[in-house]
Amino acid sequence: MKGPAEPPKATSHKGLATWGDRLVPLEDFRDAARQFGQELPDAERRTEVAAYLAVAEDATPVEGPYERVAVFGGVYNNHFALEALLEHATGRGAEALYCLGDLGGFGPSPESVRPLLEAGNVRALQGNYEQSLSAGRETCNCGYADPRDNHFAALSYGYTEQNCSPEYKAYMGAIPPRRRIQVGERELLLVHGSPRRINEFLFASTTSVAFLEVLCEENACDGILCTHTGLHWHRRLPSGRDVVNVGVIGRPANDGRTNVWYAMLTAREGGLGVELVPLPYDHESLAEEMQRETLPEEFIETVLTGWWTTCLEILPAQERAASRF
Amino acid sequence: MLVVSRATAAEAETGPSGPTPLPVAEPARVSLTSLDTLWFQVGGTLCNLTCSHCFISCSPTNRTHEILSLETVLSYLDEAVNLGVKEYYFTGGEPFINREMEDILTATLKVGPATVLTNGLLLDPARCQRLADMAKGSEYSLDLRVSIDGYTAEANDAIRGEGTFERILTGVANAVEAGLNPVITVTEVHADNGTDPGRRRFLELLSERGIVRPRLKILPVFRLGAEAERSGTYEDWQRLSAADTLEEGWEHLQCSSSRMVTDQGVWVCPILVNEPAGRMGARLADTLGDFPLDHQACWTCHVYEVSCRT
Repeated sequence: MKGPAEPPKATSHKGLATWGDRLVPLEDFRDAARQFGQELPDAERRTEVAAYLAVAEDATPVEGPYERVAVFGGVYNNHFALEALLEHATGRGAEALYCLGDLGGFGPSPESVRPLLEAGNVRALQGNYEQSLSAGRETCNCGYADPRDNHFAALSYGYTEQNCSPEYKAYMGAIPPRRRIQVGERELLLVHGSPRRINEFLFASTTSVAFLEVLCEENACDGILCTHTGLHWHRRLPSGRDVVNVGVIGRPANDGRTNVWYAMLTAREGGLGVELVPLPYDHESLAEEMQRETLPEEFIETVLTGWWTTCLEILPAQERAASRF
Repeated sequence: MLVVSRATAAEAETGPSGPTPLPVAEPARVSLTSLDTLWFQVGGTLCNLTCSHCFISCSPTNRTHEILSLETVLSYLDEAVNLGVKEYYFTGGEPFINREMEDILTATLKVGPATVLTNGLLLDPARCQRLADMAKGSEYSLDLRVSIDGYTAEANDAIRGEGTFERILTGVANAVEAGLNPVITVTEVHADNGTDPGRRRFLELLSERGIVRPRLKILPVFRLGAEAERSGTYEDWQRLSAADTLEEGWEHLQCSSSRMVTDQGVWVCPILVNEPAGRMGARLADTLGDFPLDHQACWTCHVYEVSCRT
């Protein structure tokens, strides 16, 4: 090991600026910098901004109108929760059921999901799992960055990948990537991660209102429904639009409760009623089946305790602070 | 014209002002997909440390970029909200040498999440408590990133300066005590810092210091500024061209979704603020166009898939 490097002299920058790896007189740097880039007149700036914020074309047909719909995300092979959801949501008057993708991962017996979706007449869209499995990708493309997260993501994806037939993967590939629905007078865009990326994490604490307003504006919609993070939240924007992360029904929401969550949307006079609904299900039977399938103990612990034990590094500061681990 | 190498600052020599870039047939160009992340060089290039791997050679006397005022930050925040920026990052130099830093954070947390990249030396218990209160009072995350460059005092202090290892860990402990949980940021300045065993050593170190949920981010080094002097500059071949453009484009590069504000305007990214050619304009609206990837640091971002984001 080398000893401490000789520190540069603290006075070495007096009147000088760093340009790349050299020192030059401060004014030389600043003069050169001023010559780069552009300083547009105000009118041109407004034009640039308007072009940047322009509405994107989207030919997705609008389904509905509905008075009341249930929307859920991330089944993660949890056929017990899916079965409970079908009964719960229809019992509470949902006219239509929408699934925002990620049918597989985490839980047991992937092919048990499709028959339930079909029995419940659920309209689904693709998550990154469906996209990756149908395209034969080696990873789930969840979008994790930390090796600790990726380790468990790989175990999860590997199990689902090995337990899906080619026919099942082709079925996943045929699911559309996005949908639009009308609830009352509101037109809502349904996506997995975000309208821009299937694997974008929209966590409550790291998604600014300004960003959501622009996202709705660019997509010409009155609201956005998404999932992917596993954590549900709802934000009513200053414009009156609603953005809802509907959460997932595949695993609990890292809150020490064993239930999972979905969203119920209801047409209201001049707006939208948004309810995030806790859904109890037979989590003990799920844990037993995961045990039989020799899925990781860490996953089973999450099912039984309601606390995440894996894929925690992706969480922003606030969501991580609310975690047990 | 005065041009001096960093090592021999006192000795003037004659020559062109600044390094001459190599000719490139056709540089690749990266367009701004969306302005998600806005960076502020709140500490300028002023720092209470003089780390030997700093790619912008920050020091107590480096005024290449000056400290940003609250007023300047507010004016860019207004522009950023209109453009739908998703998140904000603050760096320097050392952000907490900016006396308005906490007011800047309070203002920022009203419009979005904030992350501060700090060397940890100014994280005294009182400041940490104020930051923790700020974090608890906001609907958005306030995150800290604290840099350390070795899992031993010897390895870290060789880069960041004598005695810094203990001072950094004290700052981290103060933050944790107040209820914050900083991301420990490590550069690959030592060969094993980013390897699996190296990561384990960092996690063990943090756990020994009582940090129960250690968060870690590893970054490569950029062969610029002080680091170029320490370990050498880029090789000629370490450069991108249009031929390197991937089928899926350049969206893995942070310049496709971020910009950097300094006291001298808006720059393409946090890395190139000491290259005049990295400046794109005065206001954010000037910088919504594309940028040529013809700096050798762009090669590092591409090959190592670097994101300065957490």
